[in-house]
Amino acid sequence: MKILLVDDSTTMRRIQKNTLAKLGFENVTEAEDGADALKKLAVGGPFDLVLMDWNMPNMTGIEALKKIKADPATKATPVIMVTSESEKTRIVEAIQSGAANYVVKPFQPETLMEKISALAAK
Amino acid sequence: MASMVKVEHVNPFINATIETFKSMVNCEAKPGKVFLLKTGKVHFDVSGIIGLSGGARGTVALSFPRITALKVVTSFGGMKVLALDDIVTDAIGELANIVAGAAKKHLSQYKISISLPTVVVGENHEVAGSKDVIPMAVPFECGFGAFLLIVSFKSES
Repeated sequence: MKILLVDDSTTMRRIQKNTLAKLGFENVTEAEDGADALKKLAVGGPFDLVLMDWNMPNMTGIEALKKIKADPATKATPVIMVTSESEKTRIVEAIQSGAANYVVKPFQPETLMEKISALAAK
Repeated sequence: MASMVKVEHVNPFINATIETFKSMVNCEAKPGKVFLLKTGKVHFDVSGIIGLSGGARGTVALSFPRITALKVVTSFGGMKVLALDDIVTDAIGELANIVAGAAKKHLSQYKISISLPTVVVGENHEVAGSKDVIPMAVPFECGFGAFLLIVSFKSES
């Protein structure tokens, strides 16, 4: 599985990358904001999964999600939001914008593992 | 005249700090007695600060002495850190971001937006609030040492 990991925090990228490695997913590309994610998708795609933060400089995760879902080349790529935005309105907005699932920070690694495993099993 | 932060506005940040440190730093953060943060009273080596705007404005900060910050970040990031470098500032900023995000769910009536984190590194620096709000400070103890949660919060209505 080829995964694009999008977060402006190097620490969060490391934490998620370690969690992915425990699941056996080593083919992980990192992006530091929404704009960088779109570039990586265009150049390095296709990806099987995108893990997307919300609050990032240059382009937010929700903006990037909408662009991913609007592009025929990437619209089928599942996106899991991994974010500190925990309000119901945000979750609804993300799901309605096409997110496949939603993980709220702070999270236990097991939570991220479950959501990724469920997606990988489909 | 400056106003005080209300306890009901501080509690979500206290609970978010406890939850964040339990889930992501793997340590039990125990809050101590809340106090008003007056100028010149407490000093730290690294602080992660998040701005709050919308129906309320203010800031939330996590402030650490150097040794505590290094231990917290080592546990949070899963990588040993020995100096207050870019890795540490990134991690401290992210912790503040997670605490602010987790807290604002319980303050949804204010429709708060949170800023990207700012991290201040400087031996013995001070975190102050705005002129019209006296921040509330919550001392915490965790297995890695003591740190401070500082909340400045004022409803716009």
